[in-house]
Amino acid sequence: MDGKGVTLVGLWVPVVASAAQEEPFGLNMHYGVTAAAHQVYQLHMLVFWVCAVIGAGVFAVMSWSLLRHRRSRGAQAARFAGNTRLEIVWTVIPALILIAIAVPATSVLLAINALPTPDLTVDVHGSQWRWHYSYTGHELAFFSNLDSASREASRLGATRFPSDVSYYLRDVDNPLVLPVGKHVRLRLTSDDVIHSWWVPALGFKRDALPGYVNEADIVIERPGLYRGQCAELCGAGHGFMPIVVQAVSAEEFQSWLAQRKQAQAAERSAAAAPWSMAVAMAEGKKVFDSICAACHQADGKGIPGAFPPLDGSAVVNGPLQAHLRFVIHGSPRNPVMRPFGKELDDRQLAALLTYERNGWSNHTGDLVTPQQVEAAR
Amino acid sequence: MANGRYFVAPPSPWPVVTALGLALLLAGFGLLLHGGSLVPSILGAIVLLLAVQRWFAAVIRENQAGLYDAQVNRSFRLGMAWFIFSEVMLFGALFGALFYVRELAVPWLGGEGAKGAAHLLWPHFVNHWPLLEMPRSSDFDVPNAAMGPVGIPAINTAVLLSSALTVTLAHWGLKRKARRALAGWLLVTILLGVTFVVLQLHEYAHAYRELGLTLHSGIYGSTFYLLTGFHGLHVSLGVIMLSVILGRALKGHFTPTEHFGFEAVSWYWHFVDVIWLGLYLFVYWW
Amino acid sequence: MSEATIIPIKGRNKAVRGWRRWLFTTDHKEIGTLYLLFSLSMFFAGGILAMLIRAELFQPGLQLMQPLFYNSLVTMHGLTMIFLAIMPALVGLANWQIPLMIGAPDMALPRVNNWSFWLLPFAALLLWSGFLMPQGAPNAGWTFYAPLSTTYGPPSIDFMIFAIHIMGISSVMGAINIIVTILNLRAPGMKLIDMPLFVWTWLITAFLLVLAMPVLAGVATMALFDRHFGTSFFAAAGGGDPLLFQHIFWFFGHPEVYIMILPAFGVISEIIPTFSRKPLFGRTSMIYAVSAIAFMSVIVWAHHMFAVGLPVTAQLFFMYTTMLIAVPTGIKVFNWTATLWRGSLTFEAPMLWALSFIFLFTVGGLSGLMLADVPADYQYHDTYFVVAHIHYVLVTGSLFGIIAAVYYWLPKWTGHRYNERLAQWHFWLSAISVNLTFFPMHFAGLAGMPRRIPDYALQFADFNAISSIGGIAFGLSQLLFLWLIIQTLRGGEPAGARPWEGAHGLEWTLPSPLPHHTFTTPPSAETVHAEGPHAHG
Ligand code: HEA
Ligand code: HEA
Ligand code: CUA
Ligand SMILES: [Cu+2]
Repeated sequence: MDGKGVTLVGLWVPVVASAAQEEPFGLNMHYGVTAAAHQVYQLHMLVFWVCAVIGAGVFAVMSWSLLRHRRSRGAQAARFAGNTRLEIVWTVIPALILIAIAVPATSVLLAINALPTPDLTVDVHGSQWRWHYSYTGHELAFFSNLDSASREASRLGATRFPSDVSYYLRDVDNPLVLPVGKHVRLRLTSDDVIHSWWVPALGFKRDALPGYVNEADIVIERPGLYRGQCAELCGAGHGFMPIVVQAVSAEEFQSWLAQRKQAQAAERSAAAAPWSMAVAMAEGKKVFDSICAACHQADGKGIPGAFPPLDGSAVVNGPLQAHLRFVIHGSPRNPVMRPFGKELDDRQLAALLTYERNGWSNHTGDLVTPQQVEAAR
Repeated sequence: MANGRYFVAPPSPWPVVTALGLALLLAGFGLLLHGGSLVPSILGAIVLLLAVQRWFAAVIRENQAGLYDAQVNRSFRLGMAWFIFSEVMLFGALFGALFYVRELAVPWLGGEGAKGAAHLLWPHFVNHWPLLEMPRSSDFDVPNAAMGPVGIPAINTAVLLSSALTVTLAHWGLKRKARRALAGWLLVTILLGVTFVVLQLHEYAHAYRELGLTLHSGIYGSTFYLLTGFHGLHVSLGVIMLSVILGRALKGHFTPTEHFGFEAVSWYWHFVDVIWLGLYLFVYWW
Repeated sequence: MSEATIIPIKGRNKAVRGWRRWLFTTDHKEIGTLYLLFSLSMFFAGGILAMLIRAELFQPGLQLMQPLFYNSLVTMHGLTMIFLAIMPALVGLANWQIPLMIGAPDMALPRVNNWSFWLLPFAALLLWSGFLMPQGAPNAGWTFYAPLSTTYGPPSIDFMIFAIHIMGISSVMGAINIIVTILNLRAPGMKLIDMPLFVWTWLITAFLLVLAMPVLAGVATMALFDRHFGTSFFAAAGGGDPLLFQHIFWFFGHPEVYIMILPAFGVISEIIPTFSRKPLFGRTSMIYAVSAIAFMSVIVWAHHMFAVGLPVTAQLFFMYTTMLIAVPTGIKVFNWTATLWRGSLTFEAPMLWALSFIFLFTVGGLSGLMLADVPADYQYHDTYFVVAHIHYVLVTGSLFGIIAAVYYWLPKWTGHRYNERLAQWHFWLSAISVNLTFFPMHFAGLAGMPRRIPDYALQFADFNAISSIGGIAFGLSQLLFLWLIIQTLRGGEPAGARPWEGAHGLEWTLPSPLPHHTFTTPPSAETVHAEGPHAHG
């Protein structure tokens, strides 16, 4: 079923009809999977009903006048122009209502912001336009990018329809894996502009500010996949930096940690493997898809007017040294092309450049070596 | 409604030309910032100055023609008073920024206070004002010393304060019909104003050359130059206005009872004076 | 009361003719007209941007534009609507009405008045020129948060900053003019407390303008310096703080939103009594309420920053102050309701718009109250729930108030009655489509759709399809309004001095259309009293 079909059908039934999976259709705030989220939800409902009742009251009185006090029904205008008692009443009562709201709001706020000692701390870095998670004390860190299927379908003039993509714009390559029932502290910051880390099921959003650190505590109740996305305008890719939290049991979490570390170790030993075109291209593609594709797109075609193509680009097909300098130190003109020298090691950079210089329709044929990168630093 | 006569200004080409000049000037700046030519902004400045000059000339002419009654004067007074209030709010924003960084941002970066977690990112940064070390000094011009309250700033304080006194003396002269006292003290005031600006520029040069304190010296340099710079601009503007007033005084435009032009400028001058006291206290001393 | 006369000056009485007349005019009616026509065109400019936004959001996936261009659309839509549409419209109304309502011959500083207006078209040019620049128009949101607008902003941001400076000067000068006019040019015998509510709300609004606009200029200047002169106000690396930008911006920004609603309150307080044929209920408490709102509006700014991680005590303080504003605003809503009560109501177009204002602004206000609850705002913030709130208060609030005012005073300005049948159509089409557009946004927001995104997950598709259909319908309905205005300018049934028999106020003692000079002789104390708050007797 094509995109148009989805919306039109969707007008009548929630769009679960499509082939791909997606989050359920909702009208109200997420009840959530943390104590904090539940409290927020209850506060939300309380204030909502208070407002609904007040609104209904005001509208009822108005509507009564509109119906009964029309001149067409021969209504004669009364002459009164004030009533001190009445005015005091509708100054005091709203004030009392507000206090009635403020009390629970205050207690919920204090509850959410209490910071007991965590069992696990994760440093969250927002950057244009992906998230980076590092598990402190576990030397484990990785980027979390929009999944390639969504990226393809979300391109202007894409041939693939959003409705055919599972969790369109709400899926990532590496989810943030967290243990259930444990006290997890997130430390949020940003590498460039302000981002905001938001998973509705966890009951809060918190900005990731460049140069400052915000902390947020969560205790997830149930295992499951909880989806959200960046909630602060952060440039062209703002709509395309989703967040997926995968909550698992404490045991599963431990095994996941172990196996993730093994994988990292394996990659390191692979690093010992002899440097060949094939190896470089393979590793280069990994790096490119997880970092560069966010802007330059997986097919290297970039986005006209926003991000230059690498396929056939002058820099990429030009002299190697210039290309190296550009990637290591970033663009002198456009801060969005940031220096990757710190982020990536020599081997990754060598692989990346090899991939760029020989990927798509680029055929410079040169195999960049880690030594060359080291020299260029 | 003193005498029941209303005066309503006739149609005038100068406001719209003033608007054009201002727009040209600012658009010119914009182009300059992106490697454009200097011509548009210069053109804008010329148009702006001419238009303003013609505009005020018209006002002065009408005034001399005795078209303004007490009510019109009251309008001008109120207008000037509220304009100065808007200026107060502008400086309020700048001072607010200074207080915020000093009392909150910088301590947080140094690991103190409610958001001290920021220190994780800047482990070597210590909260210290004036900043001689930025969180990432490598990216900035690191000053080797900060601005102190003694020396030129102290002298300039004396200069401005005495200039406040001299405008008041000029005012008294005006009230006594003592034209020479009026003109004399006005001249002194202007000279004091000029002295202030010159000393301030000299101090900037010193800061840039010897201290290495520049706009690019982190938040200390930023707040220092923005606050003192904006004030300096206002002083210069005040000097120009005083000169115009001096010219008019020599032409004998003012009478002991009716001299709003003079008062407006002296209000402005006192405002600039008060702002400086705030600067001296919070930028140089605190 | 001695006889008052205009001092004959060359050029004044035989006003300049031709195109120069409009460039040079110092007449509050002509300047008011200029403001309103300019604002009308800017409403449609901003409206067209909104139509493009809705078209892109009609279904998931990118159909029409690149993300960056979408961001420019949103930014320019917000800036245009707020600074070039709503505010000029309100100043236009002030220019037309305040002198008439207080019995003054004109604004106190006519040349400054002309200047205030003519700054605006230039500002508009600077702002919109961005569309022709490399990397396109400003795209960091109308709030242009640093560092997205500084380190990462396109060149056009500089021109936006200069445009903001010009618009700021225009607003401050306009506001000063209004304050001075009200304080100094009231007809003899009109006490402050007896002034019409539209004049009162504008007096307080003008005060807020003089207070808030310079602060905006300040923060814009800091952004400019961070962009080009190496300062680091908003960069932690140099000891600055991105949140400094937000604090200063919202110190301006929140008063700004009341600047956009208070004059509309004034309009409603004029219209409701007229068509209820009953004096305004609790007049003095209305005035105190407006003053209270204005005062509180400067101590609530951080309610826009609940998600940035402020110290908890600060979050609590700003939550309480923000909630408190509901009390004075409630007083206004209740007093309007009490004014309707046991009146003798008729439902001409101005009344319809005023009534829908009370209903729908209340909806927006109540959602505002929900936003004020910090923990809940952790979820609402930067979602379509906020977008719904701002359009209920701005579109069905400020804009509906403006449209109501135009219908109410158009006969006085043009001397012709507008086409009532067409006006009723315009109202019902707008009232229905506007809710179709903005009500579903509440649900989209609660369901988790962030704002300022060009593309969205599938579960939001339904709401957006509905909003888009409603949005286009609302936009088209406004063409009817355009036609109505043209029609009324061209001609129609003569309005007579007092087209609404329930109306009171000095403006209705004058013939329609208004002569070139009005109140060159101040109205007599008797007239002032007869048309004053104690009318309806
Ligand atoms: C005309 C403009 C206008 C007006 C009048 C208001 C009025 C209010 N606003 Fe709104 N607001 C905006 C324009 C406006 N706002 C805009 C443009 C934004 C978004 C800016 C951006 O980020 O782009 C915004 C955002 C905004 C936020 C930030 C949301 C977020 O980003 O997370 C908050 C949070 O507190 C808020 C609160 C309020 C409140 C409490 C009021 C109150 O004044 C409302 C008071 C009225 C009522 C409450 C209803 C009537 C009263 C009664 C019937 C009495 C009985 C009621 C009770 C006792 C509850 N507004
Ligand atoms: C008063 C201001 C105002 C008005 C009128 C509107 C009108 C509309 N707005 Fe706007 N909107 C904002 C202020 C306004 N908006 C602001 C501040 C933002 C936030 C920007 C940001 O995030 O940075 C925003 C954001 C915003 C978004 C969110 C974008 C995003 O976050 O991704 C959307 C999405 O649908 C939207 C839609 C619309 C639509 C469909 C209309 C329709 O109503 C448009 C149709 C209207 C017309 C065609 C003109 C009607 C006027 C007249 C007929 C003139 C009458 C007056 C006189 C006679 C003088 N707006
Ligand atoms: Cu990152 Cu929006
Ligand atoms: Cu606000």
